[in-house]
Amino acid sequence: MRFKTIITFSILIFFGSASLNAGQEENHGDNHELSCEDISHDHDFDAGTTAFHHIADANVYSIGPLQIPLPCILYNKQDGLSMFLSSKFGFDNLGHGDGHYAYEGYVLDGGTVRMVADPNFPKEKTEIKGIVHDIENNAFVCMGDQMYPTYAKSTADFGLFGGGITPFFDFSITKNVVSMFLVFMFMLFIFIKIAKAYRSREGQAPIGLQGFIEPIFVFIQDEVCKPFLGSKYLRYQPFIMSLFFFILGLNLFGQIPFFGGSNVTGNLAFTAVLAILAFLVTNFSGNKHYWMHIIWMPGVPAWVKTILTPVEVLGVFIKPLTLMLRLFANITAGHMVIIIFVSLIFIFGNNGTNLAGGLGTVIPSGLLTLFMMSIELLVAFIQAFVFAILTASYIGAAVEDHHEAAH
Amino acid sequence: MVGSIAAIGMGLAVIGAGIGIGNIGAKAMEAIARQPEAVGDIRSNMILMAALVEGAALIAIVMSYLVR
Repeated sequence: MRFKTIITFSILIFFGSASLNAGQEENHGDNHELSCEDISHDHDFDAGTTAFHHIADANVYSIGPLQIPLPCILYNKQDGLSMFLSSKFGFDNLGHGDGHYAYEGYVLDGGTVRMVADPNFPKEKTEIKGIVHDIENNAFVCMGDQMYPTYAKSTADFGLFGGGITPFFDFSITKNVVSMFLVFMFMLFIFIKIAKAYRSREGQAPIGLQGFIEPIFVFIQDEVCKPFLGSKYLRYQPFIMSLFFFILGLNLFGQIPFFGGSNVTGNLAFTAVLAILAFLVTNFSGNKHYWMHIIWMPGVPAWVKTILTPVEVLGVFIKPLTLMLRLFANITAGHMVIIIFVSLIFIFGNNGTNLAGGLGTVIPSGLLTLFMMSIELLVAFIQAFVFAILTASYIGAAVEDHHEAAH
Repeated sequence: MVGSIAAIGMGLAVIGAGIGIGNIGAKAMEAIARQPEAVGDIRSNMILMAALVEGAALIAIVMSYLVR
């Protein structure tokens, strides 16, 4: 993938190491025939690939170097539904989630399930030699002397992370789903506890957890809900609050190092669902003024309306689109930058061959990573706040009472 | 040199967003200096505006990546 190369390149050029540059060129530039001999080469260090691997969703949950299997629920038209634990792929417990076995025509490639394209591929548990990738990041399974192509990953990311339209569907409880459940349970625990505290300590000053959450809650209420939603703010406040705290929780959960490193809010499918919810709430609560301003803007000449109406109609869809992309891009970029700063150790250490270079980069790279992580903490709050404030402003514009004198 | 015209597109989009957000930040600082008591309102509006500017740039970045 060219994007990875660009990232790798910009990092490398930034640090002005011309010799490494030439080495990368060699790896990606020549178009030699891909073969199973490349299995060993496939694990050469490439910062871009590493970054994409770590921000992608996976069918294993990793705590530090330890890989925990998760249930796979897969469906394709020929074989129907199959359910099994991803430990059936026989990945190393301390590895990168590459399966040593194929199971029911599926293989585990870097933690993610792929389906072998050949329908004659054995369905029972079969040992495979390994998986190789070409420049476009298509995976090929090596079994015996043959190479079997696989379909793209089944992730709804419009092909951004190598997912896309595939003949199989992956409904698995993936790493992101597990993280979502964990954060969901945690939020439920916190908020039920606080709600109880408010009931039992009515009229008294908040204590403990209550005192920690209340300022955040009141801040969102005063800064987001009241100014943007107007007099009817209580009707939409639960939605805005749920969005804010869920996004904030997931953003912060994704920041915990070595604990899954989940990138839920940096997953296009997840942010798309949030944006669709915001879109539905906005448009279903839109009053007649809202729709009139979109379809037939009052108070402008008719020829202007012919331009204005298409723009306004497009705007209805662009608003949730930007909501989706903003959260996705900010969190993904943050995770990627952190991974690439850590990767500097391996780039300068030349993947273990240059010990002095690697050790020398540990401290600068660690400092850069710490700096980036503290910025990401800020971004976690800002992005949750921005999502809430923008949703509130879209809903507010849709439910606003218009006084004709204002025009 | 490996790369594509899409990378240039991404860079141009970022320049635009950079100028936009820079202006917002500068004006917000100015406004805060003139009227320190309005810092809360100015800050949240600044973040809102920066997010809107950023949105346009992000669409450009993702589009240039998708149609590369």
